[in-house]
Amino acid sequence: MPLNFTLFLILAVIAIASALGMLFSKNAVYSALFLILNFAVAAFFYLILDAPFIALTQITVYAGAIMVLFLFVIMLLGAEQTGRMTAARWVRPTAITLAALLVVETIYIMFTQKGTIASLSSIPPDFGAPEVVGQFLFNQYLLPFEVTSILLLAAMIGAIVLTKRKS
Amino acid sequence: MTSGLIWEWIIKSLVIVFGLLTGFAYLTLFERKALARIQVRIGPNRAGPLGLLQPVADAVKLIFKEELIPSKADKIIFILAPIITVIPALIILAVLPFGGVITLFGKQYSLSLVDLNVGVLYITAVASISVYGIVLAGWASNNKYAMLGGIRSSAQMISYELALGLSFIGPILLTGSMSMTDIVETQKPLWFVVYQPLGVLVFWIATLAEVNRAPFDMPEAEQELTAGYHTEYSGMKFALFFMAEYIKMIAVSAIAATMFFGGYHFFWEDKYPILGPIWLLAKVVALLFGMIWIRATLPRIRYDRLMAFGWKFLFPLALANVFFTALGVILGKLWLIPVLTMVALLVAIYLVSMSQTRRWNKNVL
Repeated sequence: MPLNFTLFLILAVIAIASALGMLFSKNAVYSALFLILNFAVAAFFYLILDAPFIALTQITVYAGAIMVLFLFVIMLLGAEQTGRMTAARWVRPTAITLAALLVVETIYIMFTQKGTIASLSSIPPDFGAPEVVGQFLFNQYLLPFEVTSILLLAAMIGAIVLTKRKS
Repeated sequence: MTSGLIWEWIIKSLVIVFGLLTGFAYLTLFERKALARIQVRIGPNRAGPLGLLQPVADAVKLIFKEELIPSKADKIIFILAPIITVIPALIILAVLPFGGVITLFGKQYSLSLVDLNVGVLYITAVASISVYGIVLAGWASNNKYAMLGGIRSSAQMISYELALGLSFIGPILLTGSMSMTDIVETQKPLWFVVYQPLGVLVFWIATLAEVNRAPFDMPEAEQELTAGYHTEYSGMKFALFFMAEYIKMIAVSAIAATMFFGGYHFFWEDKYPILGPIWLLAKVVALLFGMIWIRATLPRIRYDRLMAFGWKFLFPLALANVFFTALGVILGKLWLIPVLTMVALLVAIYLVSMSQTRRWNKNVL
């Protein structure tokens, strides 16, 4: 376990640093790149947790597909320089409240559930294998899965309607 | 995890990386020679016997060239972009099996770096991040041509990635596994190209677009964009883009050979496992020649047609291929797959030709 633990610490530092970099960089392209780094580190966390399928899906979907579109939009609109943001008045207090709640929740979990995280030896050998994930998705979680696909379909139809040329 | 195992991994990784780098150097020579022959020229023949030292001469020239960075460029990303382009190209073959198990000094070594149970997904993941280098190069150069090249390439690669990913599903369904080793082993009696004629076609067209090869070399269309995303690059940084393109060519040929053409399996391979990598190399060279042949034959297609072709023709065909493959696998009648997919292809070609004729009649006549 010490190897995994050192790896985790290094990755955690990178994850936090990239998240901060995303928040504080002045250039939107740099923000997007920091976010990509953050997604990649999250994928490595999944790998440490013995879930290669989720890890590679994370990279394909988030770091690959979604962030390419983000960069595409930033570059196409020339929106690199964010400048002084004029956020709505309710944004800042809401954000501070939610962040405080998250911190309290994290501290609560850390101090009440200490040491009860499952030990690695109890993980079955096919944990996180694509077959197992598929079985769960199409049997136990069929309804949420289908609801998600309908949501995506609705978004797709919306995109087509919005971009349809009026002729 | 013993130190011996770690050494084995390191040595295998180094062999793959240096093999790809050498392959890149000689692929440039191979391409120039083949193109020259097709265009009734001789090609490079001055440096060394038969021009075999030409890649060395090119490398020396590129190393000693002056490196320019435009003053208005974003320096960090300008320098990072070529590196981001090369790394995915170098690591994508990590999951590919190069041969079976060989016995060396009384110890057994498997000729693959790692047998990942999600090997195919690894390939799509690495392919999906390989677009960043080109987009960032185009943006960081602060040059309109480079920017247009970068944006074109990102749109093109996102569009063709869908068809590429769907064409992987055929072999996965036929094997019932995402591990590359399993896919190769299932093809021992019969290559998947027999069951997946449409799958191979979709895969091949989509990869040509993914690696920005002619007739889809839109991001660097010389007549329109001077050199596209690498207009502002010179010296070794330019060489890195060049290297990435050729290594990607080798990589996708190796993936095609593994997914559809039986990988390292061929004559006498089970008796002499050392033949495995040689057969794989032969298949890769044949596919690379196919790519060069296509470049020498076909003109570049127009950008809007490229996008229309990808979304309206290739993507539905890839979906049809997935559907018919699943149908064949479920019914247990694998011969249905090639028949039905070929019928689907003919129907699609007929529909497209009808719509094109109608448009022609309306607009021109």
